[in-house]
Amino acid sequence: MAWSRDQLAQRAAKELRDGFYVNLGIGIPTLVANYIPEGMEVTLQSENGMLGMGPFPYEDEVDADLINAGKQTITALKKTSYFSSSDSFAMIRGGHIDLSILGAMEVNDRGDLANWMVPGKMVKGMGGAMDLVAGVKRVVVVMEHTSKDGASKLLTQCTLPLTGVNVVDLVITDLGVFEIDKHGSQPMKLLELADGVSLEEITAKTQAAFVSALR
Amino acid sequence: MANKVYSDAKSALEGFTFDGMTVMSGGFGLCGIPENLIIALRDSEVKAITVISNNAGVDGWGLGMLLETKQIKKMISSYVGENKEFARQFLAGELELEFNPQGTLAERCRAGGAGIAGFYTKTGVGTLVAEGKETKVFNGETYVLETGLVADLSIVKAWKGDEEGNLIFRKTARNFNPMMATAGKKCVAEVEILVPTGELDPDAIHTPGIYVDRIVKGSFEKRIEQRTVRQRENA
Repeated sequence: MAWSRDQLAQRAAKELRDGFYVNLGIGIPTLVANYIPEGMEVTLQSENGMLGMGPFPYEDEVDADLINAGKQTITALKKTSYFSSSDSFAMIRGGHIDLSILGAMEVNDRGDLANWMVPGKMVKGMGGAMDLVAGVKRVVVVMEHTSKDGASKLLTQCTLPLTGVNVVDLVITDLGVFEIDKHGSQPMKLLELADGVSLEEITAKTQAAFVSALR
Repeated sequence: MANKVYSDAKSALEGFTFDGMTVMSGGFGLCGIPENLIIALRDSEVKAITVISNNAGVDGWGLGMLLETKQIKKMISSYVGENKEFARQFLAGELELEFNPQGTLAERCRAGGAGIAGFYTKTGVGTLVAEGKETKVFNGETYVLETGLVADLSIVKAWKGDEEGNLIFRKTARNFNPMMATAGKKCVAEVEILVPTGELDPDAIHTPGIYVDRIVKGSFEKRIEQRTVRQRENA
């Protein structure tokens, strides 16, 4: 047993705080919006130029001029503001966003992140990910613990082209939660295990070194 | 009397295109793209274009059309994920590609239009995009030097415009359009609604007409890449 996509999003939602301005990446991170705790005010930023992102529209509300960074149609809220891409990244790079939750292909125990290309195979591009990890106050990665062929995605050294160096604070995988001391020298800490996952299993499936800080 | 208003996209590009030119094209995905001017650029048969645009449209629409006709020599973009022909041409070595982080790309356009030759950013330090670039430490943190971008021509899309070239954008269709309007040696804007000068609220104008050389009223398909909807709960 490991966490499902929705359980991962639910766990990531625990990193939200009242009053936070948050940018959510494409994929599982987008699902985090479904688990904002009742009574908590969180404002979602979309890097294509919007602060205060609402839910998906009803069929008769769809507006081609209103999309999120994943190019999905969305809606506005009363508090919504729109701005240009340069204003949007001034917000991101300037440290005004509290939390970024994004996906990853590889992370290492020093907080290096790779999530934008596989040389010779996949060219997607970094989009806004490099700006987000460089400028947002806290960076949380949500990802599968291993790749499709079973290889650990938590490494001592990333093998893919990097998105950022010493940028990740917390990694939430389907097997557990790890804290990274990205600017210091403390070892990576295992904070939590997913339901039904043992310390032996997560140790066997993690290439990077870590210490257990399970409570 | 100076006149900025053109009757169609084709005539609005006349004299502004040449082989080997650099073109900035506004839009994010298919949102806020100058769809009429892209078609006119395709029909002009101009070759070996360097295109600066966040994305490359999709297969068969937006800048994707210029990829199919092989009119693009090089792309400067942040994300090309949705375009198969783009990936194919790049992986086959038929197309040059310079990836820029999205915020760096936006700021490079803003800087280019504002006469700023370069700026230092934390974005991309220690990654491929910083390779070969000068770095400098400010307050104990490393920044990389990025340069401003200018283009021979920028093509942008706005919601409303007037005969002076003043522009107002709508919702997230604003994106890269305002910065790109400032960074083209020539700028042509297409709008959904073209009004006589004096009808726009001066306080509401996003892009002042000084940046816009020509303006044309277009007709728009406004295609949607990911139509995501929710269902109404039955009361």
